[in-house]
Order: sequence, then structure tokens, then C-alpha cells
Amino acid sequence: MRANTWAGRNKVEVRDVPDPRILNRRDAIVKITSTAICGSDLHLVDGYVPTMQDGDVMGHEFMGEVIEVGPDVPPERLRVGDRVVVPFPIACGACGACAAELYSCCENTNPNAGIAEKMFGHPVAGIFGYSHLTGGFAGGQAQYARVPFADVGPLKIESDLADEQVLFLSDILPTGYMGAEMCDIQPSDVVAVWGAGPVGQFAMDSARVLGAAKVIAIDKEPYRLQMAERAGHIPVNFEEVDVRSRLLELTGGRGPDKCIDAVGLEATHGSAHVAAYDRVKQAVRSETERPHALRQAIMSCRSGGVVSVIGVYGGLMDKFPAGAWMNRSLTLRTGQCHVQRYMKPLLKRIEGGELDPTRIITHRLPLEEAEHGFEIFKNKEDHCEKVVLKP
Amino acid sequence: MELTATTTIRKPTSEVYAFWRDLENLPTFMAHLEEVRTTGDRTSRWVADAPFGKDIAWNAEIVDETPGEKIAWRSTGDADVPNAGTVRFVRAPDGVSTEVHISLVYDIPGGTIGKAVAKYFGEEPHQQLDDDLRRLKQVIETGEVVRSDGAPWGKRAREEFPQRPAQPLSDAELAKGADR
Ligand SMILES: NC(=O)c1ccc[n+]([C@@H]2O[C@H](COP(=O)([O-])OP(=O)(O)OC[C@H]3O[C@@H](n4cnc5c(N)ncnc54)[C@H](O)[C@@H]3O)[C@@H](O)[C@H]2O)c1
Ligand SMILES: [Zn+2]
Ligand SMILES: [Zn+2]
Repeated sequence: MRANTWAGRNKVEVRDVPDPRILNRRDAIVKITSTAICGSDLHLVDGYVPTMQDGDVMGHEFMGEVIEVGPDVPPERLRVGDRVVVPFPIACGACGACAAELYSCCENTNPNAGIAEKMFGHPVAGIFGYSHLTGGFAGGQAQYARVPFADVGPLKIESDLADEQVLFLSDILPTGYMGAEMCDIQPSDVVAVWGAGPVGQFAMDSARVLGAAKVIAIDKEPYRLQMAERAGHIPVNFEEVDVRSRLLELTGGRGPDKCIDAVGLEATHGSAHVAAYDRVKQAVRSETERPHALRQAIMSCRSGGVVSVIGVYGGLMDKFPAGAWMNRSLTLRTGQCHVQRYMKPLLKRIEGGELDPTRIITHRLPLEEAEHGFEIFKNKEDHCEKVVLKP
Repeated sequence: MELTATTTIRKPTSEVYAFWRDLENLPTFMAHLEEVRTTGDRTSRWVADAPFGKDIAWNAEIVDETPGEKIAWRSTGDADVPNAGTVRFVRAPDGVSTEVHISLVYDIPGGTIGKAVAKYFGEEPHQQLDDDLRRLKQVIETGEVVRSDGAPWGKRAREEFPQRPAQPLSDAELAKGADR
């Protein structure tokens, strides 16, 4: 089959690879009909997540048709011919973490748990196409994928919703929603979201759906801010204005009640010398993060507020504003999304018209053009917000 | 050499105990074992996996057991690598899970066998046992050892690092299997 693969730093390549086979009794093989490129893929391509190998199949946002199931997948759960959206964390459904609905922390699905444990203190779940640290599972930017624990994760789509309406249930819609849900939003809350990428856009929409009084979008790309504005959110361009002053202005001096970091470890900074500090440290690997958005979110949040982190971090961070966090009673909440927890309720919200995931799609490309897709998404060319690939 | 490790399995103590008490199950998750055959009520014959020392086999007997709580065994006769083990099963505070506490003692000899065993355990010997217990948990909670494209051969995940790429296996690789 054809698959988009990691080919070293800053390089992806669509290659021929073998077709996937059933390896475990609860696997299914899915023929992929739609797949997407994610901000998390950029962290891999930019070389900030260790343990990638040349030839790793990328992609963790995909859906398609079940063409084969392992002998232990109960037919009442999944059958050949079913149309499914596949959640990006692989979860067993039986361990303590799964019982607590902490699917991205599943204790059983990462064959390289020993390595993950060294880095993170405790292991994390397997993830499709997302380094060997999270298991070394081939991803979904391909014609076919093997889906382990197919009786646990995949969501069957039984209505006639188009791929584009449900594809993002695999990751970014639940992720944005979890970012907002972790904020315990009250009707009087002003919610500020750092990052107007796909994840940020869905965090904003979710904050609105959960009843926030006002939602603020912070980014530097005018077209991404315009997209947020069209959806009813208030844009703040961090290259044009001082974010802190603008947020104070928008909140009567209180600061946002809830702040969401939807940027992660590759944030850029309006001020060149601050940006340079972390860039250099990151380049020599004495710090793995460039946490400008997170620092700013913590400094901006009103006392007693919540800072919800869905942007990805991989290792160690410098100059974490512990004083602001501690002295002002802030709550920090975070996680790789527990996608399985949110798929069904969010499908309902899509069917009910409360959320329109298609609003962020700017590019539809054949899988063969994945490399071009990565380029425009990474470099913010051609007003690219979200790329859907068609195998 | 004494190694200890522990894990928590979301199943009742009776079930986890029963799985372990059937010693023939041990090779499904313990990387250094090729086969364990029950030879009597308390006696068994153990065969090591090649990297642990080629053609090593020994007899063992259960020396102490309390159903649902504890099993202790030791090698008997003139085993090449005399060893003993104890595993305890403790109900976890959540009331539904079982804590498994294992302790293994190896009397590592000199010569080629001693070298093979030392090499097998490497610089961080407890890691092998940690991985064994991770697989025990996988087998009891999910039915099997979990495989990925990067680590397709279950028991051998750690020694495969750096791994084959995370892309599907070719027919030739699948046919060859875990053989090294
Ligand atoms: N927690 C999860 O489960 C999960 C799931 C999916 C994605 N993610 C992560 O979410 C993050 C966003 O993903 P995405 O697909 O939207 O990526 P993206 O790269 O398209 O979006 C990031 C946006 O942040 C903006 N940005 C950069 N520096 C900033 C700053 N200092 N302040 C404000 N905005 C800034 C960029 O201009 C860009 O528009 C990534 O880190 C991704 O890995 C997490
Ligand atoms: Zn993603
Ligand atoms: Zn689990």
C-alpha cells in the first residue's frame, strides 16, 4: 500500500510499504477513506519528539471501512463493512486507567512502556503514528491501518454524515472539547484560547457550547484569527498588540477566568530576544519546550482561575512561572485527550448542529500530496488551517 | 542476585493467583522462559529461552503456597542456575484489583552460563522483571501480549530497540517470526 512516512527531520515521503495484517486477536484492518494532518505531526517532523525512525508511517486522525476483524472482536461490536472513526490513543478498556476513562494513559497498549516510563515517570498509552515512545504503531496517513483493540475504540457511524463531518472525532474535536471541559466553565466566564490552529478553533467552539460569556482567540496568523472571528470569537494578534494589556482591557482588568493553551512546545514569541532564549536552549536540547504560550497563559489568568493545557509538551521546560501559579491559586489541568470518552456525546452535538467540524477544513488533497500538505500546514501558506488527505 | 517488581492487575486475587499457579502460563509473559511443564502436584520442569543460556533446563518445586495469597518455589537438584521465587497477591485498596509482588533470587554461576545470564539481565536487571509483569498484566487484563509494528514480537520489545520502523511487516518478516 501507499503510506506517508517520516523520512528524517523536516521530511516526509509517501512510499510503498507492506499492507497491514492482524497481529493480535482483537485487531481490525481498516481501509482508510479520510485522514488528516495534525499539529502533533508537526512536532514529529520538526524533530521534537524522540524515538521516531525512518520509515515510520505517520498519522493518527483517520476513518474508514472495516475490511477484516480478528477472531476475538465480538460481531455485535464490530463487523466487516462497518464505517468507523478511530480514536488516536489505543486503549484496552480493561485496565485501571481505562476504567477511570483515562484512555490516553491506558496501561496495556504501549509495548515500549518501559521506555516511556523512563521519560515520563509512568508509561502512556500507545498512539497511532506517533513515535516509538508511544508504542511504535503504524499510523493512518495510508491506504490501510491495523487497529488494535478494535472492540474498544472505534466509533461506528451509522448515519449518512459525510466523512468530513465526523473525521475529527478521531482527535481534534474531542481534544478541543476536553480543553474547554477541563475549565469547568461558568456562564460568567471569559475564556482565552492561545492558538487558533485546528485544536484551538475547536476549543473555542466548545467553550461557547459549554456556556462561556466570551471567547478570545490569540494567534499571529491573520487568516486564522479571521476564521475564529467568523465563528464569533474575539481575535487578539500577539504580534500586533501586547497580549496581557489587551486581555486586561477585554476583562475589565480581571484577566480571563479560564485559559487554554492550544499551542504546545513550538510556540513563537512576539519579542525576539525571549524567543531566542528558548530557541537556543531547545536547539542544544538543554530544554525541550518553547513554552511562551503557557507562560503567558499562567501570567494572564485571573487569580483562582484554570489553565488548561492541550498543546503538547514532550520533556522539560525552563522558566515555568511557579510563583504566579502558586501564589494566585491557579489550577493547571492537562492531558493527551481521552478521545474515547467524548466521541459519542460529540457525535450527538454534530448531529444536532451545535458543532460544525467542517468549518476549519481549507485543503483536500490526495494522499500522494501529503508532503505538500505538510509544507503548507507548517508554513501557514495558502491560508492553510486543516488538511484532509484522501488515500 | 535478587530482583523484585510489582504491578497492579484489575482482576480479583483468586483469578490472578490461579493464572500464576498454573505454572505452564509463565512463559507467556516471562521473557527468559521457553517452556514450563507441570510434572506433579508441586513439581515442574522449566526450560530457558536461548539468550538466557542455551539448553538450560531445571526442575522446580513449590515449597510454600497459600491459595489466593502466595506461591513460593525453588529449583531442585543440580540446576545450572539455582533460583528461587516468591509471588504474593494482595487485594488493592480499590477493592477490585490485585497487587502482584514478585521476588526472584538467582545464584549466578561462573563460566559461559553465568556470562549468558549476566548478559541477559544487562545493566538494569530489574527492567526485565518489570517488563515481565507488564506482560502478565496485558495477558490477564486483555488476553494477550500486545504487539505493535515497531515491537511485533511481544516478549522481545526491549531488546529490539532501536526497533524496526513503525510500518506493517512484510510477508517474509511475518513468516520468519521472532526467530533471531
Ligand atoms: N492534548 C491532545 O490530545 C492533543 C491532540 C491534538 C493536538 N494536540 C496539540 O495541540 C497543539 C495545537 O495543534 P494544532 O493542530 O492546532 O496545531 P497548529 O500548529 O496548527 O496550531 C498552533 C497555533 O498556535 C499559534 N501560536 C504559536 N505561538 C503562539 C503563541 N505564543 N501564542 C498564541 N498562539 C501561538 C500558531 O500560529 C498556530 O496557529 C499542538 O501542540 C498539538 O500537538 C494535542
Ligand atoms: Zn492530532
Ligand atoms: Zn487500558
